[in-house]
Amino acid sequence: MLKLWSMQQQQAASTPGGAKKRVTAAQLRVQKDLSELALGPTMKTEFPNPDDILNFILTIEPDEGLYNGGRFTFDFAINQNFPHEPPKVRCREKIYHPNINLEGNVCLNILREDWKPVLNLHAVIVGLQFLFLEPNASDPLNKIAAEDLKNSRETFKRNVRSSMMGNSVKGETFDRVMK
Amino acid sequence: MADTAMPDSSPPLGAADPRTRWRYLDNILTRKGPFVDEDAILGEPIIDRLSTMKVLFSGAGGLGCEILKNLALSGFKDIHVIDMDTIDVSNLNRQFLFRHVDVGRSKAAVAAEFVQKRVKGVTITPYCGKIQDKDDEYYMQFGLVVCGLDSIEARRWINATLVGMVDGENMDSMKPLIDGGTEGFKGQARVVLPTMTSCIECQLDMHAPRPAVPLCTLATIPRQPQHCIEWAHIIAWEEERKDDTLDTDDPEHITWLYQKALSRATEYGIHGVTYAMTQGVVKNIIPAIASTNAIVAAACCNEAFKLATSTNPCLGFPEQNNYMMYSGDSGVYTYTFEHMKKEDCPVCGDLPKTLHLYPNSTLQELLDSFAERPEAQLKKPTIRTQSTSLYYQSPASLEEKTRPNLVKKLSELVGDGEELAVTDPAFQVTFRFKVAFKK
Repeated sequence: MLKLWSMQQQQAASTPGGAKKRVTAAQLRVQKDLSELALGPTMKTEFPNPDDILNFILTIEPDEGLYNGGRFTFDFAINQNFPHEPPKVRCREKIYHPNINLEGNVCLNILREDWKPVLNLHAVIVGLQFLFLEPNASDPLNKIAAEDLKNSRETFKRNVRSSMMGNSVKGETFDRVMK
Repeated sequence: MADTAMPDSSPPLGAADPRTRWRYLDNILTRKGPFVDEDAILGEPIIDRLSTMKVLFSGAGGLGCEILKNLALSGFKDIHVIDMDTIDVSNLNRQFLFRHVDVGRSKAAVAAEFVQKRVKGVTITPYCGKIQDKDDEYYMQFGLVVCGLDSIEARRWINATLVGMVDGENMDSMKPLIDGGTEGFKGQARVVLPTMTSCIECQLDMHAPRPAVPLCTLATIPRQPQHCIEWAHIIAWEEERKDDTLDTDDPEHITWLYQKALSRATEYGIHGVTYAMTQGVVKNIIPAIASTNAIVAAACCNEAFKLATSTNPCLGFPEQNNYMMYSGDSGVYTYTFEHMKKEDCPVCGDLPKTLHLYPNSTLQELLDSFAERPEAQLKKPTIRTQSTSLYYQSPASLEEKTRPNLVKKLSELVGDGEELAVTDPAFQVTFRFKVAFKK
């Protein structure tokens, strides 16, 4: 190991040892992801505690598609295992959507089975936005909504509008999400 | 002739001559072989080094019991062991330092006692708690750190700590890290020389994330008993017991999930949901294979021994192999390679440099000075400490909330010795600085 130490001497220029309170690896990565985040006018993030960048709220206000005119918010909870583990994302409103269930769980491949550490927060956020533009009946989490979409796009569209106003659809009352 | 069948009359190992037990080891420690490092000083000095070097070992679990026993039998005599867990009945099949009477006791304490009793002359100091409880000063006392941890989070923490401790002025501050890990029939042993070679963070993508089933499959078309259990775990619990926090060690909770999963399986005509399987899926238990642990532990301790004694080439030197993977899935296969250091690794890519600051200057002044730094002109720096978001250029909401900090004095925002992380869209790496206030 003596040899090792002499190599070390040559390599390390001049680094100080032992900073107190180091920034964690997950924080470093999230900071990088946030700086690369380029959200359009339809989305914004909000940090209830600005010192805690691992927990924030994303607001999506689609300006086209079936969910046009609504305001949807998502809780993002990132743990110290990020990016080994994906962020946990949950819709805060009770909405009528084939890929989001009544508890707010979201079926998006990159949030679960297809997550990879090379993906970043931008990819997740774009993925969420896409769900509002193209709800997907073949990956249903809310089976009733998915069936409706499969059977008749017109009926589904009416149900979406009605649910967004805060009315009930097939006996289930939804949160009002109109801006 | 009957005599020849009798055991020979040499004293039992460890008795009489204190080196008797180590005579096989001494062959390696005193003889010059073809692979012995030319600078190695064989004999007394090396035996001394081995017995006085303090080794830290963390994680006294399945792999840990093997490693601890091997370290003690390799001639290390001052071993510290950290583990936060207590012994569970289910550990006893492979964690051979523990007996039934030990259930409920600290793993670190029992393992230390057991090995100390069996290997005379070894001192093992247990600590029951988290590695995160200890500070740099504690880690500084060791010559080597060996890990048999079971989580990525703990590995990343110890890695970042050891990388952060390296001080170019003090050669003792660089602690080689030997990391072992197993999962079923697969495992790895690797050596990290913090700041010199590829670190755990550089190698993060070598860990396959846990395979997951799409949520919609769980919700709508379960095909396997595991799908029904995951459904009960993720969806049913949320729907029906939202206010209870799921405790995977609570038998009532597991029973509830098991019943839910069972009735769902019946509904879809799926067979095979059992209580044990429920426990396995919910706690993400991958059956541990004792022989995988033994092989990986042996590899780790071999590296520790070689590093400490220079009696053979070891893994981990710069530009040499540092990673050994083992697979026993079909036949026995090992592959050893050099995992390269990542230039933009958030932990070892850019090492913290000391930044001398006036406590009375403002954050704005600090940011302006970054734009003028000769080595990297940071025009749009975003900056934080571990506890505080100092200033974020984006997103807009964070910019707005952190803007009031710009006019504050640095002494109000950061402590002496704290680390600053600075990112800039123009650079891949994160720059880090250790604050040193000028008097």
